[in-house]
Amino acid sequence: MQDEPRPDEILTRVANFLKGPATRESGPHISFQLRVAANAVEICQRQLTLSPKADAEELARLRALLSLDGDLPTLNRELARRIRDGELTLETPGLSEHLWATTLAKLAVDQPTYSGYRAALAERGGS
Amino acid sequence: MASDDAAQIKTPGEVVAERLAVVAQRHFPGSTGVAKVTRLTAGATQEIWRFELLRPDGDQSLILRRTPGGAIVERTEASTSIGLETEAEILKLVFAAGAPVPEVRHVLTPEDGLGQGFIMTFVAGETLGGRIVRDPRFAAVRPKLARQCGEILARIHAIPTEKAPPLKRAGAAELIAQLQASYQATDWPRPVFELAFRWLGERMPPPARPRLVHGDFRNGNLIFDETGVVAVLDWELAHIGDPMADLGWICTNPWRFGAVDKPVGGFGQREELWEGYEAAGGDPVNRAHALFWEVFGSLRWGVMCAGMIPAFRAGDSVERGVIARRASENEVDLMRLLAGKGAA
Repeated sequence: MQDEPRPDEILTRVANFLKGPATRESGPHISFQLRVAANAVEICQRQLTLSPKADAEELARLRALLSLDGDLPTLNRELARRIRDGELTLETPGLSEHLWATTLAKLAVDQPTYSGYRAALAERGGS
Repeated sequence: MASDDAAQIKTPGEVVAERLAVVAQRHFPGSTGVAKVTRLTAGATQEIWRFELLRPDGDQSLILRRTPGGAIVERTEASTSIGLETEAEILKLVFAAGAPVPEVRHVLTPEDGLGQGFIMTFVAGETLGGRIVRDPRFAAVRPKLARQCGEILARIHAIPTEKAPPLKRAGAAELIAQLQASYQATDWPRPVFELAFRWLGERMPPPARPRLVHGDFRNGNLIFDETGVVAVLDWELAHIGDPMADLGWICTNPWRFGAVDKPVGGFGQREELWEGYEAAGGDPVNRAHALFWEVFGSLRWGVMCAGMIPAFRAGDSVERGVIARRASENEVDLMRLLAGKGAA
């Protein structure tokens, strides 16, 4: 499950920036914000492409792990609660694998060039 | 006092230049004005401007740090950063203690009409973390930097806390409680963060002797030149607390700028940082506590990123939305620290 803000929120904000400050002002401050805007659009692009499959896989794992049905937000809240209460730990079969898979799927959208993500992929044999 | 809104016809740059000229006349004897007033790439919480103070005996480059738009910001108990006036007091204290920081030249007054903030010397050098880590210009000095950072932190932590302006006191337990509250306020489930909170709660270090803690000591908030660290910037998260927090924070992965095998800022090893710290008079470093603070650092940056969402929704910046989406970077870092193999 990808985090917030949602792509529609991000794209609205980028469009407002492009129509507003980006056309009126210039300088290093605006150049920086333009690069940020481009990054933001790319996050949305990757989310549209990658999330449907990743979300379906995450949902299947959560149902098995929690023996519970529900949507992604509901099941993630339940998973968070069980970890907080110590009902699930890294020793629980399947938890570490689930958290790894979910985390790597999030990074593939949010920041696929992030060094920690690249290192994790290398350490985990590129899986 | 008027904020920039009072002068809508002029650009923000023109308003700042005009008011700086008056400040120069009032507070910098011998100066004949200001020039080259330029807004630098700004942080999300404050504006940074560079300008030249014109003097017959040679111009000086100065930096203005102020509240965004010159607004007057009321500080409350809930404020996480210390406020620019307090930051200026700390800079003076650290400067006097011989650790490298810019010299404060003037603290803004209401009459200056520039909002809250201060003017300090411009320190030439490089702040972009990626360049420190990769640019050949720093190849010769890079192996010395981790040790140097340890020495500087020892000097900062040796400053008697009673000399410091009133600051929040926060040890491990308080910081974790604050972080937990910030995380709960996001109302968004993050199983990896939950795992990290459990891990930290089970490994809480005993209360440390309270020290002046920088709070954001990392590659990116340091100015370097070919001789090493020439200034420590961005003291807005300073507090009185466990000094190991500073040694852990500079090791968290986002500040390695891609050089994951060099935990200290992407330029050195933990042992070099610790040796420099101990050699310069810092307390002996407990390895388990150092790891605690490194994990805390990853979780802290993750919660800070996630906490950007209300500000993103309330404002007009794209940047805050993108920062919020970087919370997941810390989840992968935490997974490597807590459930990984070969976490360097």
